[in-house]
Amino acid sequence: MPRWFYQLASPRWCYQITGKLLPGFSIAALFLIVGGTIWGLAFAPPDYQQGNSFRIIYLHVPTAYMAQSIYITMAIAGAIGLIWKMKVADMVAKCCAPIGASLAILALATGAIWGKPTWGSWWVWDARLTSMLILLFLYFGIMALNSAIESESTAAQSTAILALVGLVNIPIIQYSVDWWNTLHQPSTFKITEKPAMPPEMWIPLLILVIGFYCFFAVTLMMRLRNEILRRERRTSWVRELLMQQRG
Amino acid sequence: MSETKLQPLAELQQLENADYRPGKIFVATLKRELQLALRRRSDLVNPLIFFLMVATLFPLGVSPEPTILATLAPGVVWVAALLSTLLAMDSMFRSDYEDGSLEQILLSPQPLFVVVLGKVLAHWMMTGLPLTLMAPLIAVMLFLPAEGMSGLMLSLLIGTPTLSLVGAIGAALTVGLRKGGVLISLLVLPLYIPVLIFGTAAVEAAVTSLPLAGHLALLGALLALGVALAPIAIAAALRISVSG
Repeated sequence: MPRWFYQLASPRWCYQITGKLLPGFSIAALFLIVGGTIWGLAFAPPDYQQGNSFRIIYLHVPTAYMAQSIYITMAIAGAIGLIWKMKVADMVAKCCAPIGASLAILALATGAIWGKPTWGSWWVWDARLTSMLILLFLYFGIMALNSAIESESTAAQSTAILALVGLVNIPIIQYSVDWWNTLHQPSTFKITEKPAMPPEMWIPLLILVIGFYCFFAVTLMMRLRNEILRRERRTSWVRELLMQQRG
Repeated sequence: MSETKLQPLAELQQLENADYRPGKIFVATLKRELQLALRRRSDLVNPLIFFLMVATLFPLGVSPEPTILATLAPGVVWVAALLSTLLAMDSMFRSDYEDGSLEQILLSPQPLFVVVLGKVLAHWMMTGLPLTLMAPLIAVMLFLPAEGMSGLMLSLLIGTPTLSLVGAIGAALTVGLRKGGVLISLLVLPLYIPVLIFGTAAVEAAVTSLPLAGHLALLGALLALGVALAPIAIAAALRISVSG
């Protein structure tokens, strides 16, 4: 195990390193998201079938990606916390859940808004929409369990197990939902399956995806720092820090 | 009450002195659980009555029209079965946790995996199996065509053990909490979705006299995965819940 891995286990070290990383990621997230959004909304060419309504893809796809990657991050952090009993990993897992849930809600909302002009209805029991909804339910379950257990270490361990069980289940759910959907309504509603987009359409999308990853890193680090301070509030280094800030 | 409850446990304790024999532990756990369940008959009957009641709500709420009910029937029977399994889930480890026998089980040198598997099997024999046997009654009430009956029974027979296995993870995670009931549903329902999808698909295939072996094979695959992996998660969750 490399040295930095052990160092990550120290909340104090983690607090310091995230403090150093935070400005860089914030600037990157700001520039990438603002730049990508302006490019996508104003300069990318309109879709030949959907006209300008396709532009919501620049918000929809990054949020949907994030909702899934955050779940994986959460499960991995939970597993690390479970195996190596790392407090910081527990905190990361805890901080991931609300971020992932809100991005899943955003993905569902933008999907619904996109569905209205293209499919003619706000909600369609499309396979992707349904599996995103189930992912949101998994997030809700994890958050509910975490808030129900009083002891913080027990809560972290229990949610880690639930997150891992969910991780095993996600591919099964995805597959079964895909399969269920093709069984009931074969190819009625399908956006032209990822059309071979011209570069001027997918480059802003890629920029936005990277921007959202940076945004996730920023929100995660901010939440993590709060969580570290809250849990370590009785330690001497946090007190010293607070004394310094008070002046 | 507590004395009678601990009596079957004594048999389990005795075995600990004997050699390491997982098969024996499995049988002993199964016996104990069944014996305990048979002493509390009302707990056995309640999920079945609930199953019947939920199924009765649909004709009242949707329409008594036989054609409409026949299309709804596979889903309704499956959803009702799923909810009744969930209803019985909270009691799975609760009484053992409250009187301390769960701690004794955790402390025993026998593999927890096997004990948990025995408990889940007993739980299924007390909920999933009676539900499967009662399903044709509800299917008839909902005008499910007679061809669908075999698909319904078989899919429930293979699918409900998976429900018990996955539900036990939720039960184990929430056993230390005072109000576990609603929380279990929140945790477990999303995980039940694949079983529901394949189960209803099997019934629908049977109704339209399509081959249903594929659906049943998928349910069987889920069950195999559940038997192999769920007890690990249940055992870990129990250790966390009890120590926390």
